Amino acid sequence: MSLPQQTLSELRRLLGAANVLTEKEDLIPYSFDGTAALQQMPGCVVFARTREEVVGVLQLANRTRAAVVTRGSGTGLSGGSLPSPDCIVLCLAKMDRIVELDRANLTLLAEAGATTQAIADATSAAGLFYPPDPGSMKISTIGGNVAENSGGLRGLKYGVTRNYVMGLEVVLPDGEVLWTGNKCVKDVAGYSLRDLFIGSEGTLGVITRVLLKLIPKPAAKKTLVATFARMDQAAQTVSDIIAAQIIPCTLEFLDRTTIHCVEDFAKVGLPLDCEALLLMETDGHPGPVNEEAARMEEIARKNAAVDVRVARDDAEATRLATARRSAFSALARVSPTTILEDATVPRSELAGMIRFVAAVAAKYKLRVGTFGHMGDGNLHPTFLTDERNHDEMHRVEEAFKEIFDEAIRLGGTITGEHGIGVSKKSFLPKFAGDAQMRVMRELRRALDPNGILNPGKMFDP
Amino acid sequence: MSSAVSHLKGLDYSVVQQCMHCGLCLPTCPTYDATKMERHSPRGRISLMRAIADGRLEVTHAFADEMYFCLGCLACMSACPAGVNYAELFEHARAEAECSGVLKSPRRNLIRAVAIRWLFMDLSHLRLAGRVIRLYQQLGLQTLLRRSGVLKLLPKRLQELESITPDIQPRFSAQLIAPVTPASGRKKYRVAMLTGCAQDLIFSDVNRDTVEVLARNGCEVVTPPRQLCCGSLHAHNGEWGMAQELARQQIEQFPPDQFDAIISNAGGCGSHLKHYHKLLADDPAYRERAVLWDKKVKDIHEWLMEIGIQPPAGPAPAQVVTYHESCHLAHGQKITAQPRQLLSLIPNLKLVELPESTWCCGSAGIYNIVQPDMANQLLDRKLKHIQSTGASIVANGNSGCLLQLINGAKQKGLNLRVAHPVTLLAEAYRNARGRR
Repeated sequence: MSLPQQTLSELRRLLGAANVLTEKEDLIPYSFDGTAALQQMPGCVVFARTREEVVGVLQLANRTRAAVVTRGSGTGLSGGSLPSPDCIVLCLAKMDRIVELDRANLTLLAEAGATTQAIADATSAAGLFYPPDPGSMKISTIGGNVAENSGGLRGLKYGVTRNYVMGLEVVLPDGEVLWTGNKCVKDVAGYSLRDLFIGSEGTLGVITRVLLKLIPKPAAKKTLVATFARMDQAAQTVSDIIAAQIIPCTLEFLDRTTIHCVEDFAKVGLPLDCEALLLMETDGHPGPVNEEAARMEEIARKNAAVDVRVARDDAEATRLATARRSAFSALARVSPTTILEDATVPRSELAGMIRFVAAVAAKYKLRVGTFGHMGDGNLHPTFLTDERNHDEMHRVEEAFKEIFDEAIRLGGTITGEHGIGVSKKSFLPKFAGDAQMRVMRELRRALDPNGILNPGKMFDP
Repeated sequence: MSSAVSHLKGLDYSVVQQCMHCGLCLPTCPTYDATKMERHSPRGRISLMRAIADGRLEVTHAFADEMYFCLGCLACMSACPAGVNYAELFEHARAEAECSGVLKSPRRNLIRAVAIRWLFMDLSHLRLAGRVIRLYQQLGLQTLLRRSGVLKLLPKRLQELESITPDIQPRFSAQLIAPVTPASGRKKYRVAMLTGCAQDLIFSDVNRDTVEVLARNGCEVVTPPRQLCCGSLHAHNGEWGMAQELARQQIEQFPPDQFDAIISNAGGCGSHLKHYHKLLADDPAYRERAVLWDKKVKDIHEWLMEIGIQPPAGPAPAQVVTYHESCHLAHGQKITAQPRQLLSLIPNLKLVELPESTWCCGSAGIYNIVQPDMANQLLDRKLKHIQSTGASIVANGNSGCLLQLINGAKQKGLNLRVAHPVTLLAEAYRNARGRR
């Protein structure tokens, strides 16, 4: 059941022929996102450049009951922008203007297709700071970040995308345009619909503009790298830092496998003879920054750190953070398929969870590289496998089931920052429970009665 | 259906599978940046290659076109954390496109026969063509024809080509460089000098400067007068067999065990020259020598910084230079620091960083000839950045880029000198000796 010719000609009339792709060679490159081992051919790919065009596409789709999957740069890690069969992929990558940077109110208004990097750069040029920094920030779009409520390396101190969204322009499935939020720091008028759309994974509406909160750029920062002979020493260091009431902006860890892959790519001089590496960054005013850095170094040494190194300058600090951001992709060096998840547990349970992941990997005879945001309990266990090896892929699935169960048991979540999409769809009911599932279904039905937006994602009607 | 061996299916599948489509290549790809279309991105192209390897897609005209829309700049390889060997994939994909014959047309076949087979398989033909063009330029014919407006009668593409035809040097490398140039002072190394193909006609002076600088720093330089093309043109244009043949001949002409280094001063050639072991992996007679060859091939900047050179003595006129990186030097060979180090050794020369220094200028081998629109967009972008630095000289280590920039500066009427870093270094040495 492919898209009817009439729908395609209508789309061409709406958007211009150059913005409607239907050839096989054009569609194959849109048949996946950043998620491993998932592929599905769309019916067409269309580019909208204005809100009015998005309205037109949704009205048409709603009238003809065509499925619409919204896409930014396609870097998601849960299959959120994976096409549904023969759908219209609505790509917003060409709607990428930064509309306004308001220095008086410390806000930035951007179109959905603006990249996170472009926003970070524009903000930084004005002496301000937009903290969320997902691993794919160089190309990920702000619309996608909001739809997935993306996290990043600075979540521990600064929070995630949700904490910086002040307003949204959303096109509803029937084409009506909705604005939610404004430049006021305080606003309690009605339900916070804004919060409903954040993290809605393209199931409730199409986000076309985002109003972001900015904060002053920290005057100083200090980056440290500590290495350990055992993973639990690193975990203990993190627990001790939090217990000492220090909230650094970044507390990232890499295990041995990940360290080797990252160093192989980034060549930033990571030590290769250790089991765990902590990347720690503190920022703020110079005085407290130096003080915190010194205390973190002391805590690491107390926990038998083999070495603690302080980045010489900003450039080295940036290189280290960039290297860490490449961890997931770099792991692909050692195996054909890399499947990563983002199970998250309360920080107090972290050391136990890391041991559990290692034990599960051993039980199912799987290679695993684990890294992640140790400071906020957000782990990225990554299985190194080969999608053509069906037996091993089955074991990967079984292993993830156990890991998710354990995360739930420990009071954690099945996804800290990647979203449900299709990857974790089957785990959501158990995690969310009946009442939440019912409310989510009813909300979705109320907003999208014809089920045209991202069908098959998150949960079924 | 062509019965030819499918080059992509023949590839080790893990090379295709290495791409985990994370998208980190997208912001570094000039064609994606310009179009925002996944098909024109590295991961998009790889997904098409994989579809062919999987049998989900035939080799179509659109596929072949796409492979030739790629600049082959390899910026994606520097960006790729997963270590995808895009260079290998891309060469195989173009070979596959050629094999399938989907692009065949009488005009294209003729151009390829003349350019790739006749001119560049035997460089005496290229030199002959060079002499003819030189005559055309020297006898005033060019000026005459350009003024007369007769050229306007030519098809637009030919007019454009005529306008970017480079100035041919009055003397080629063999007339400027002795077969053996002794080291000045104590001989520490024996090196071979590859004079290249187009380089030999258009930048024979850069070749001479390279030999001068090498000799000045303790190298005895062997420069045979009759040399070969390195074969990168062939490998990048789907002619795998010819590229292999040229690699064998190169190894015969310069047995790698007889030299401390085999020097290339063109980033694009060097990048290809360092991968003969891949080309000849299945040839037992050459396999081992190819491995040694790859180790001995050195880019001139790389070699000079490795052996440590004597800095030229001052004084010299104060000048500002910026450095545009050749894609295949930066992304293909990962040589980025050495050319800057070399420039910074020149007295009174101030190096100003070029914004987007590793972004392709659009030259990309013969890309500026076959894809003029995209090439010109990239050239404009590059020239704007160069102008923003305020430099009066732009340095670059690859003949294709040098030509592209010279043409760009000429078209825009910019007062900008385009020079190979080695030329600037050679001038500084000459200056110091007061013999300019």
